[in-house]
Amino acid sequence: MATATFKIWRGDTEGGEYGEYQTEVSEGMVVLDAVHQIQAERAHDLAVRWNCKAGKCGSCSAEVNGMPKLMCMTRLSDINLNEPVTIQPVKAFPIIRDLVCDVSWNFRAKKKIKPFKPREADAADGTWRMAQEDVDRVQEFRKCIECFLCQDVCHVLRDHDLHEQFIGPRLFVYTAALEMHPLDEEDRTGDLAAEFGVGYCNITKCCTKVCPEDITITDNAIIPLKERVVDTHYDPIRMLVRKLRGG
Amino acid sequence: MSNGAFALKRAGFGVTARRDAWWIQPLVTFAVFSAFIVYSTWAGMQGEYYHFGPYLSPFYSPELFGESPHRWIDAVKPTWWPAWMLWSPAFFVVPFPIGFRLTCYYYRGAYYKAFWADPPNCAVGEPRKGYLGENAFPLILQNLHRYFLIPALALIAILAYDAWVALWFKNATTGVYEFGLGVGSIVLALNAFLLGGYTLGCHSLRHLVGGGLDRMSESPARMVSWRCVSCLNNRHMRWAWFSLVWVGFTDLYVRLCAMGIWTDWRII
Repeated sequence: MATATFKIWRGDTEGGEYGEYQTEVSEGMVVLDAVHQIQAERAHDLAVRWNCKAGKCGSCSAEVNGMPKLMCMTRLSDINLNEPVTIQPVKAFPIIRDLVCDVSWNFRAKKKIKPFKPREADAADGTWRMAQEDVDRVQEFRKCIECFLCQDVCHVLRDHDLHEQFIGPRLFVYTAALEMHPLDEEDRTGDLAAEFGVGYCNITKCCTKVCPEDITITDNAIIPLKERVVDTHYDPIRMLVRKLRGG
Repeated sequence: MSNGAFALKRAGFGVTARRDAWWIQPLVTFAVFSAFIVYSTWAGMQGEYYHFGPYLSPFYSPELFGESPHRWIDAVKPTWWPAWMLWSPAFFVVPFPIGFRLTCYYYRGAYYKAFWADPPNCAVGEPRKGYLGENAFPLILQNLHRYFLIPALALIAILAYDAWVALWFKNATTGVYEFGLGVGSIVLALNAFLLGGYTLGCHSLRHLVGGGLDRMSESPARMVSWRCVSCLNNRHMRWAWFSLVWVGFTDLYVRLCAMGIWTDWRII
């Protein structure tokens, strides 16, 4: 058994500071285990949100040594324990207390996205036919567990606070799942260009880097959406053709 | 929404709790991109030592006007070119690959970090509060990437032709072109290959060949094309780096051979 030091953010909307805690760590432990141990041993009022401990519920998002991570999927063996391990809440959303943030903005912003609008049924019994290869592409987006680590690391939300103008990577993934769906007929490119602010994304790929589900957010969701917006808003030849066709 | 109440918000420039050497990536990008910009600008303005035997520097291909046997038009420079203005055959070539790379989705992300620190790296504080993204001039022009793709594709075909030409050496005694293989032939072939891998993995190309469709299965040829482009696109960053370094090296190789500093070893 070795002893490790953890600096955990303690505070609320009024402010706060790092609390320093030492605890014994053993093989196989993850950061969330250490936080629970500290909570049990010496910080009984430490607020931390968690649920599945299996990287599937997306509840225990935090910043471990400055990088957004799921605490339950971050092994202590991957961290240098010779120095204190810093754990702080995600920065892109308002703190409630300690490691718990209010991420409800994401659900409010999600409501702005036009819902799935399937084409008319293909068969008389009201059912549709889809080719597997057409839905394969959007399956990747359905892996999202809504941990909002991508929202946290995105500098447009994190550093520039543009929550009113920009919906963030998670919601672009959601939009892409709808927009690229083979049955969907809704057009969201106007919203993407204006209200959703896809133009604010400057392709840092940080969202892809932190995604615990390995969704290729930038290349497979955001850039294809940007290209669709180019089709409708910036490509002069396509705009001319549409005009000539009376579109 | 304002998060002003959150005491940890808005770190200053370079402020982060990250423990890793996050600054290495943007620093290396800055150094390599800067070195390439300086070298390619210098090399493109020289107007000499850009061809050697069957080899032609990629910075000068296609050589529309010029002094080498590779030129397309039988004139050293256009008649309308102002006498007072610096001339180099590369002036008709270099703007197109520069435009393609400047507007490339991979490069955008890389140089926004390395040159504008916007952000310096993931979860690292930025120097500026204001941010417009790619919504305003001049960065809104990044949306025209697909228009730079067209000359970039043409350049791949031309560079592949150059690689073919680089296999045919003039016999000094008979004047007949004979098949051969020099180190330069391999350098030029590799250059065309790497630039092809980079260009054909372009995000805009991926969209244009099929990505813009929701039901690709109804267009099998486009679906196959989309899969092929996606395959290259998965490693777009690597193709971008290797092709960038190699195109610079290819010019350097031809230049140093033409200057008599390096010897082009013949394999066949």
